[in-house]
Amino acid sequence: MTAARREGGTPRRGARVRRPTRHRLAADAALLLVAVGFAVPLAWLVLASVDPEAGLRVRVPSAPTLGNFSAVLTDEITFTPMLNSLILCGGATALTVACAVLAAYPLSRYRSRLNRPFMLTILFSTCLPITAIMIPVYGLFVQVNLIDTVYGTILFLAAAQLPFCVWLMKNFMDGVPMILEEAAWTEGASFPQTLLRVVLPLMGPGVTVVTIFSFVAMWGNFFVPFMLLLSPDKMPASVTIFSFFGSYGTVEYGQLAAFSILYSLPVVLLYALISRRLGGGFALGGAIKG
Amino acid sequence: MRGLPVLPAVLLLLLFLAGPIAYCAYIAFTDMRLTGASGTHFVGLANFRQAFADPGFRNAVLLTLLFTVLSSIVGQNTLGLALAAVMRRASRPVRTVTGGVVIVAWVLPEIVAAFLLYAFFRREGTLNAILGWLHLPGQNWLFTLPVLAVSLANVWRGTAFSMLVYSAALAEIPQDVAEQAQVDGASAAQRMWHVTLPMIRRSIGTNLMLNTLQTLSVFGLVWAMTRGGPGNRSQTLPLFMYEKAFQDSLIGYGTAVALLLLAVGALFSVLYLRLLRTEV
Repeated sequence: MTAARREGGTPRRGARVRRPTRHRLAADAALLLVAVGFAVPLAWLVLASVDPEAGLRVRVPSAPTLGNFSAVLTDEITFTPMLNSLILCGGATALTVACAVLAAYPLSRYRSRLNRPFMLTILFSTCLPITAIMIPVYGLFVQVNLIDTVYGTILFLAAAQLPFCVWLMKNFMDGVPMILEEAAWTEGASFPQTLLRVVLPLMGPGVTVVTIFSFVAMWGNFFVPFMLLLSPDKMPASVTIFSFFGSYGTVEYGQLAAFSILYSLPVVLLYALISRRLGGGFALGGAIKG
Repeated sequence: MRGLPVLPAVLLLLLFLAGPIAYCAYIAFTDMRLTGASGTHFVGLANFRQAFADPGFRNAVLLTLLFTVLSSIVGQNTLGLALAAVMRRASRPVRTVTGGVVIVAWVLPEIVAAFLLYAFFRREGTLNAILGWLHLPGQNWLFTLPVLAVSLANVWRGTAFSMLVYSAALAEIPQDVAEQAQVDGASAAQRMWHVTLPMIRRSIGTNLMLNTLQTLSVFGLVWAMTRGGPGNRSQTLPLFMYEKAFQDSLIGYGTAVALLLLAVGALFSVLYLRLLRTEV
């Protein structure tokens, strides 16, 4: 937009001052077309969730109700799976963020010959397709009796997310100046004290972004709990929603849509919370670009 | 001693990431099965030989390639770049709305996205309703063109990432370069090809690599939309390996396929690191 405005303001182009406007209209039209394309499936989700007779196509309900929501707001359909999701993702996020903070500190502050190879290995593992190792993980979990345990799944989810968290956290920590820590050291503060009282408060925004980012990623993760958990009462929402509509044919689409909204809402809100920080400079892109 | 705080992370990574990868490399050369505890034997390259002779495997490789090229390289990457470029000329409200919608599609959990696109492509779904409204013939997309349907679903779900990467890259191009090209009389297409693209080539490389890696390991989206069907006409490698390991109980064979997938992923990762190193 700035380009268009400047262009319009250049006196030499005065005679064709209409061109930028026309360009902008064309750009707006093209974008709106794409936006509508992307919005149609979302519109279906919202409309079907309040439609007592929802089908598979977009239509405005003749008598919108919240009946679908009240129908799915039961222990079995919504509360237990969501609570399971919260335990799994909350536990794994806490673990991975704690490990990432601890690891990022020495990596960011001390010079060592091992730093570079370590960070390269970390970067390498952020790229590996986790899907591919799920079969051996399943095999291993069966042998060491971690299969169908919540803490086993938490450990694996945390490990899978850890490389990216370490990478992101180290980059954030590099941006925090060392002067205050040095002051704390000279005052005789210990390592845990310095980390907790000085570094973490300064790292607040960075830790928040990493925490929310990994929580959002885990919340949507289907394959890992699908493979590592067996009992239906331990399943998180990402898996129960699949079994919900996995039984094709007799599905109540309206209820399924309502449940999808309830299940998606937390991550959409959390993302909105950090989007300002991620957008603009886009820390993620920055992290990926090294 | 100073490196002690790194220990928890290293332990977690060794036990739950490096461990399974090593185990993967071991099982791939055995005849391990889910059923029957008759013991696991080392079988050398038999699983790999079996894979390369298996039409189902070749089908999965082809479908994975098609899925990756269509959805990641052509779809997400090009659409993301186009969106980012057009957004720079559009008015603020339109930009915000479009960006918002595209990002919501990205943030939604995988299975919800699969379910939405499933509804969109079904015979009685919205796509056919729109086509009927335009007097065009509809069809059961998930049956006739399953790969296209899941590829478009992946585009719908993944374009936001490319859009964000390219928005950041385009914002970093110095304003005077673009203006100079314009003063010199370069058309919009010429500026894109000769000025913009060369200047963001590093982001293009990074983005292609990450998109491809992500697309190679898509499981939930395809599984929830088609389960690899009809028949095996949308069975990409992750689905193929899952089927071999759990439905046919051939853990060894499924893992051999997984190891190949992992190797392709590792290759891309190394290329990606190389790409970063030459530029950093």
